[in-house]
Amino acid sequence: MRLVTVAGPPSCGKTSVIVHACRHLLAGGTPCAVIKFDCLKSRDATAYEAAGVPVSVALSGGLCPDHFYATNLEEAFAWARGTGAQTCVIETAGLCNRCSPHIRGLLAICVIDNLMGIDAPEKIGPMLRLADLVCVTKGDLVSQAEREVYRHRIRQMNARAVIRHVNGLTGQGCQDLSRILALAPEAGENLTDRKLRFAMPAAVCSYCLSEMRIGGRYQKGNVKKAVFAQSHGTQLLDNAPGETEDGDVPS
Amino acid sequence: MSLPDVLPAPRELTLTGGHDKSGAPECAALAFRVGEITALLGPTGSGKSRLLSDIESLAAGDTPSGRTLLLDGRPPTDDERFELQGRLVAQITQNMNFVLDMGVLDFLIAHAESRNAPEPAAAAVRVLAAANELAGEPFAERTQLTQLSGGQSRALMIADTALLSTSPVLLIDEIENAGVDKTQALALLLKSEKIIVMATHDPVLALSAHRRLVVENGAVRHVLARTEAETSTLKRLAGMEAEFSRIRAALRVGGEIR
Ligand SMILES: Nc1nc2c(ncn2[C@@H]2O[C@H](COP(=O)(O)OP(=O)(O)OP(=O)(O)O)[C@@H](O)[C@H]2O)c(=O)[nH]1
Ligand SMILES: Nc1ncnc2c1ncn2[C@@H]1O[C@H](COP(=O)(O)OP(=O)(O)OP(=O)(O)O)[C@@H](O)[C@H]1O
Ligand SMILES: [Mg+2]
Ligand SMILES: [Mg+2]
Ligand SMILES: [Zn+2]
Ligand SMILES: [Zn+2]
Repeated sequence: MRLVTVAGPPSCGKTSVIVHACRHLLAGGTPCAVIKFDCLKSRDATAYEAAGVPVSVALSGGLCPDHFYATNLEEAFAWARGTGAQTCVIETAGLCNRCSPHIRGLLAICVIDNLMGIDAPEKIGPMLRLADLVCVTKGDLVSQAEREVYRHRIRQMNARAVIRHVNGLTGQGCQDLSRILALAPEAGENLTDRKLRFAMPAAVCSYCLSEMRIGGRYQKGNVKKAVFAQSHGTQLLDNAPGETEDGDVPS
Repeated sequence: MSLPDVLPAPRELTLTGGHDKSGAPECAALAFRVGEITALLGPTGSGKSRLLSDIESLAAGDTPSGRTLLLDGRPPTDDERFELQGRLVAQITQNMNFVLDMGVLDFLIAHAESRNAPEPAAAAVRVLAAANELAGEPFAERTQLTQLSGGQSRALMIADTALLSTSPVLLIDEIENAGVDKTQALALLLKSEKIIVMATHDPVLALSAHRRLVVENGAVRHVLARTEAETSTLKRLAGMEAEFSRIRAALRVGGEIR
């Protein structure tokens, strides 16, 4: 089975685009399945079911969405294989929104829309930086010049990804996308021993264990204190989780 | 993965016939040639903008109309499609507002950079000046894009396309609704040899074109070349337009018409 991770900010058009691409795959005789990882609630299942795509939604609820994703990947994969799918898509809203679900050696897609603000490509970080293919949606709502400037910003954040404009409403560009999905690397029988492209954030503090009170005395475990001072310009995170910059991309 | 600066510019585009909104087939394929201006006419909702998007997106039977775009008579290869995406066509859409959170000059510089213009800052200043020529009320370098009025936004889009675009195809959607002087805007846009297609409800613009396509229910129904009689009608209308503009300009600044 081929496996593709699709990440992008909430409501950027991931489901719309995947549904169109899966329709083309199904029409060409390739069975697909989708797994949606989300936090609290998701209506995506309805959209996939309407298109005849088997879908399973996994909600992290009160758990860290990143860790929840990583700890359920093997099972998710097994479920998708069980449906008889030849292509499986994992959709996530970038987990906690600053992480990346992408897996080394497997096709990684980032969806981003044209309405998110000019700094969005920089803000969403790893899910865009570590993607092989970037799909830009909602181009129908902005001018050509804005699309070009936005694309330029995306290019500055990720020099090697293929960038495509797609339309989640009309499906324009999704046939091309389905051709790319059809060429995605095979994941084999399971995901065991594969590696994520980006390390999940370190955690395990008292709040991970349901602490609700505010105050230093309740904070135990892996705690990091920020320094608050008047600042100018860009703030860099000094303990950003390890990133696999070697980028091993399927080409 | 950088794109070539010089485009392999096609001399001719062909849109194969698709189907209308009821699924009935469209008339035969349509060819568009360099140096030729085509006007698209038809009632609201008939599919003029759809036809423009079909060209812009290099339709491959994957749009609601089912049309396919051919370049110099053949469908582009996957590689060509990729190289041409967003570069084949410069487009003035019906869009009247910007959504990006940037100042006008920063935006123009970023755009000039993305287009590999040799001196982005100088190019940006030229576009701003041209936009202010077209716009009624001038705007400043630091104005946020989102604060521009509809007419100012349209003026900026037109100036930007006219001065920064190197695309061999130009698509124009209802420039008459721009709140800018349409004749002046068209003159700015028509400076170079391109394939030009414009959707319009305006008789002067429609008759300025060499050829008119009439769209109905999602499909092209009639193809008409401009006749001699129409050329003289155009002259007459253009004269009336000039009179209109003169009076409008006078009224705008509080003049009295005698
Ligand atoms: N105008 C326009 N709207 C779009 C486009 N793509 C998606 N949308 C709309 O954007 C909204 C969100 O789309 P979804 O596909 O549900 O987005 P998502 O990324 O899957 O959202 P979550 O899974 O909830 O994070 C819907 O109303 C879509 O119709 C597009 O290209 N253009
Ligand atoms: N051949 C077609 N098949 C199916 N849908 C179509 C077809 N042509 C156009 N449409 C759809 O019809 C709707 C209206 O079309 P469009 O916006 O192109 O109209 P228009 O002529 O530009 O109208 P206006 O003059 O108001 O700008 C759009 O949603 C478009 O996608
Ligand atoms: Mg979704
Ligand atoms: Mg229109
Ligand atoms: Zn995270
Ligand atoms: Zn914690």
